[in-house]
Amino acid sequence: MTTSIRTTCPYCGVGCGITATQDHGSIQFSGDKQHPANFGRLCSKGAAVGDTLSLENRLLYPQIQGRQVDWDQALAAVADGFQQVIAEYGPDAVAFYLSGQLLTEDYYVANKLMKGFIGSANVDTNSRLCMSSSVAGHKRAFGEDVVPGNYEDLEQADLIVLVGSNLAWCHPVLYQRIRAARESNPQLQVVVVDPRRTATCDLADMHLAIKPGSDTALFNGLLNYLHQHDQLDTSYIAAHTNGFDKALASAQSDIPPAARCGVASAVLEQFYAQFAKTEKTVTVYSQGVNQSSYGTDKVNAIINCHLATGRVGKLGSGPFSVTGQPNAMGGREVGGLANTLAAHRDFDAADIDSVGRFWQAERMASTPGLKAVDLFQAVGEGRIKALWIMATNPVVSLPDADSVRAALKRCPLVVVSEVNANTDTAAYADILLPALAWGEKDGTVTNSERRISRQRALLPLPGEARSDWWIVTQVAQRMGFEQAFPYESPDAVFREHAALSGFENDGARAFDISSLANLSPAEYDALEPLQWPVPANQPNGTTRLFGDGFYTTTDRRARFIAIDQRQPVNAPDAEFPLILNTGRIRDQWHTMTRTGKSARLSAHTPEPYAELHPVDAVGIDDGKLIKLKSRWGQVLLRARLNDGQQPGSVFVPMHWSQEYAATGCIDAVVNPVTDPFSGQPESKHTPVCIMPYRPVWYGFVLSREPLNLSNSTYRVSVRGDGYWRYELAGETQPADWGDWARSLSQVSGWQWLDYADHAAGRYRAAAIAQERLQLCAFIAPQPLLPPREWLGGLFGQATLEETERLALLAGRAATQNDAGPIVCSCFQVGLNTLTGAIREQGLVTTKALGETLRAGTNCGSCLPELRGLIAQCQPGQAA
Amino acid sequence: MTCTLNQTKPRLVLVGNGMAGMRALEELLKRAPDRYAITVFGAEPHGNYNRIQLSPLLAGERTLDEIILHPPAWYAQHGIELHTGSPVVTIDRTRRRVWNAAGVSVPYEQLLLATGSMPVMLPLPGRDLPGVLSFRTIDDVSAMLAAAFAKRQRAVVIGGGLLGLEAAYGLHKRGMSVTIVHLQPHLLERQLDEPAACLLAGHLRTLGIELALGAQTEALLGQERVTAVQLKDGRVLPADLVVMAVGVRPDIELARQAGLQCERGIIVNDALQTSDPRIHAVGECVQHRGQCYGLVAPLWDQAQVFAEQLAGKTDAQFTGAIPATTLKVTGIDVFSAGDFQTHSADETSITETLVLRDPAAGIYKKLVLRTESDGAIRMVGVVLIGDARASGWYLNLLKDGTDVAAWRDELMFGPVEQAA
Repeated sequence: MTTSIRTTCPYCGVGCGITATQDHGSIQFSGDKQHPANFGRLCSKGAAVGDTLSLENRLLYPQIQGRQVDWDQALAAVADGFQQVIAEYGPDAVAFYLSGQLLTEDYYVANKLMKGFIGSANVDTNSRLCMSSSVAGHKRAFGEDVVPGNYEDLEQADLIVLVGSNLAWCHPVLYQRIRAARESNPQLQVVVVDPRRTATCDLADMHLAIKPGSDTALFNGLLNYLHQHDQLDTSYIAAHTNGFDKALASAQSDIPPAARCGVASAVLEQFYAQFAKTEKTVTVYSQGVNQSSYGTDKVNAIINCHLATGRVGKLGSGPFSVTGQPNAMGGREVGGLANTLAAHRDFDAADIDSVGRFWQAERMASTPGLKAVDLFQAVGEGRIKALWIMATNPVVSLPDADSVRAALKRCPLVVVSEVNANTDTAAYADILLPALAWGEKDGTVTNSERRISRQRALLPLPGEARSDWWIVTQVAQRMGFEQAFPYESPDAVFREHAALSGFENDGARAFDISSLANLSPAEYDALEPLQWPVPANQPNGTTRLFGDGFYTTTDRRARFIAIDQRQPVNAPDAEFPLILNTGRIRDQWHTMTRTGKSARLSAHTPEPYAELHPVDAVGIDDGKLIKLKSRWGQVLLRARLNDGQQPGSVFVPMHWSQEYAATGCIDAVVNPVTDPFSGQPESKHTPVCIMPYRPVWYGFVLSREPLNLSNSTYRVSVRGDGYWRYELAGETQPADWGDWARSLSQVSGWQWLDYADHAAGRYRAAAIAQERLQLCAFIAPQPLLPPREWLGGLFGQATLEETERLALLAGRAATQNDAGPIVCSCFQVGLNTLTGAIREQGLVTTKALGETLRAGTNCGSCLPELRGLIAQCQPGQAA
Repeated sequence: MTCTLNQTKPRLVLVGNGMAGMRALEELLKRAPDRYAITVFGAEPHGNYNRIQLSPLLAGERTLDEIILHPPAWYAQHGIELHTGSPVVTIDRTRRRVWNAAGVSVPYEQLLLATGSMPVMLPLPGRDLPGVLSFRTIDDVSAMLAAAFAKRQRAVVIGGGLLGLEAAYGLHKRGMSVTIVHLQPHLLERQLDEPAACLLAGHLRTLGIELALGAQTEALLGQERVTAVQLKDGRVLPADLVVMAVGVRPDIELARQAGLQCERGIIVNDALQTSDPRIHAVGECVQHRGQCYGLVAPLWDQAQVFAEQLAGKTDAQFTGAIPATTLKVTGIDVFSAGDFQTHSADETSITETLVLRDPAAGIYKKLVLRTESDGAIRMVGVVLIGDARASGWYLNLLKDGTDVAAWRDELMFGPVEQAA
């Protein structure tokens, strides 16, 4: 029997709808054609969501100090632990650290417990790392954290400016929508503002490779230009805004943008002129703007230009913050950030009183709590003694991550609600609580365009795992707050959340979904995606806000913000001459606890890397290991040379944890510097230095079972299809490589074959049992080793052919048919296959490649790379 | 009897109707088909046959017809006079004439000696008993087959070298229980290193061939016929058939009598001339630069050089060959070439080995490399057990002295095409 369940994707803030079709136990995932975020499209990660649902490494039972306990014991231990600390040290000695991975209902219950009943506002979230600068910028400009427009604006616009946003990899479905829009609207111009040339530049008519941190200069310059060229919407400014003169004065006193940005004046003028003349302009911004010590200013510098032209909340125009997480906005709605209270209310006396009355709260927090970076510093200093972390991995994702590890180590009580048993953070937990994963939990999320969608359960609940709202509710009840926490289902939580949004809301706050406050459980279950506000008089939601020029400030006017010249806090110097920029890659998500399980996603970029401009790679070759160091920490990474990187800049992906890369956790290097308004860390600007790392040996091991490899300094684990891959390098050699290889597994009775060239430091071994490859290991003094793809493919075979056994230690098929590194994840099409087809079959369009090899025809995430390959293979015709 | 011969062309006489001599004739005919009148003497009563194929003949993998290289008709077609079944017994260098035991006498302008080698028969008590054989000729094979077909059960092969192993395998295939008695602790010690020999021993034992290694034969027992082999350690191995395969020595008797310079073999220079410039020698009877060859590949090279010389191209030279061995035992490939023992030849070079082992699949491969003082790396030896598909490639690398430094990592895994 076939049944379909409509849900939403667990990854980025686009919030795509996914249809899960169950057919006799197997589940197929496809894009939900009816969901307005994606209309059936999915990216490589979303398409591979089914790969991530295994129970491998799942946390299935509560644990106290590593010992399995029942829920009663675990919940009582959490409640008692928190109460003891509160009783002895006061409410500000405890904290929650939440996540954009939580559903709105989970978030709501946790926020209510901390801010209304424990009496502290020490509840913050990993959204702090993602888009809190946008929140602060929105509040400064509009009076409230509101994204005025929607995704349709991207299709209606004539100019899209992408600032600090690698949309092609980080929000691939929006990238696809823009690409499709350009096909129907050839007028559409796309400008990418980014220090590095990213995959998104494939779409760009113009790429402004500005110097890191010069965004405010760029937009101050634009404001100036608009003023100088008489392109301001003066009547809009007069009727609907405050503070224009001061903002313009600041802009005028800024250094000329061409000098600050490192972009030729003529090019800047061209961009400014384009912006000035294009009424339908959307400026999309993301982490490149937000993750800065003056990210809030960057946001407002952008919004200033939209206010100055009256382009806010209108069809095809507006500033557009794109969030990184599936429920970043839902978290903001409930007040998951330490500096907001709940339902878009703040810590002023009236709001505290109003929310307190609604909650019938026993102990309302009266002041904002600690924001993420400060919060963990307080943990490290012993001021916070009990911490509950839900659905996030802060020892990997926070800046100066090693100090976060140290802080957790010293914290007397660390509770972690998790899906996986072996995350880096779970290792520090005193109490581990098994939470539900995507596909199991049930509730709502809000995407970047204010669209509330249901995320529905489609899998049986494993072990004793429970939903986060249930866990928090149970703890609240055990702390004595049974009356305020009576919830037995997510719809009950949602109704209360919706009711609060409308409580004493006379239109002062846009966030009002009170029309949904009386949904029956069945109505809640069937809720179609819709955009807030959903006030009582607008039950179908609202597509755009502020288009009429009236804002949710007290005087209904938007505010210009004067943007002063600022620089990143830590400047490069002789010792640390390069600027580290961190970010996402196409096929991994956050700290890889989910995507790391997928072989096809892991194939795209198996190892963490540092992308360098060739001029900075003195003595460093492509593919060699380097040590990258800052004043805060160091990592070992593989060098990638790319002239799309600006000289002086290094890009490193943010995803690898110690679980997947022993020495590749880049946030250990990132400076713990934050924006004074948003508290968001400056994750895209840390001075670093690099040097070649020269281990004594390099190697890799492929194994059917996971291994514990301890003798290597550099170790990266990569999930393959039916095997684990370990990329290794070490500083000391074992006495005998043969003994080393045979000690990797405890299983006996394997047939071992090996190859040794001791004098040259080379060793290769393979183990076979039941005619199947069990393990193979390749060691060499240089990183010149056979490609892994062919060997990896052997793990999927029922039996090993004789010719394959003979070729095993060669590491390549007897006949050469190595597909090369995977480019198209969906159809597993490799680089060699593609370049072969381009060169030999003359397939010089992505369409032709798609027709012949199917590459790029499913999710389309690899299309920029396909175009790049086509250009590479045809010198002279390079696009 | 004295033959009347056509005197218009100079006469070339070949003594030894075997593989080396006949290959030399073939090569000569290719180059100069009409230059010489040719006479061939052969001690055995057959046309030239492929001695290497005696092992498959014994094992029943070939028939007699299949191993004949040159049937009598071939000689007639090419106008070659053939005298078989009687060895040449005299060379009169002064009169330039040879005689065979049957009294046939032929004069020569050019004489080619290709007398081959003789099996070594250990001076053991009982060595002349019926049922004690060597393994050299079709007649030896016929005798062995007769024993096997007579339902004689047990065979002992003395000697665990190439020939001994092939004899043992053939007899085993013919249904006999076979034991190999070998003086050294490892088989094929001149061709294999210890791990390779152990792997081969394991393979033979798996087949059902018994091995008595490090064992010395004291006597062959029996009255009318051999019945057992007495070892020095006291063991007595029952035997209906004993094959002695402890090696060969060049057959130089005729040359010595003729006063040609001989040591272990007939001494030849790079033009393959003996101490008498009208007399050349090729094949196993030859000693060249101190080396005697028992394997076929260098003989082919010699045959070519001889043919060039006699066709008038006197700058053709034989400068030696790298010994290379392929064991003709079905079911296991064994190949050995060059110097496979790890030791430094001199102080300016370093010897290193690459080893691949897959014991469960019966595979062992060892490549010995020498790093020269100029940084070049050359192969000096190779041993392959279980997978000898790349043997020809390795042999060429050895012969050509190719610098393999750039693809040292790939060397063990053979040329890509060849691996298919």
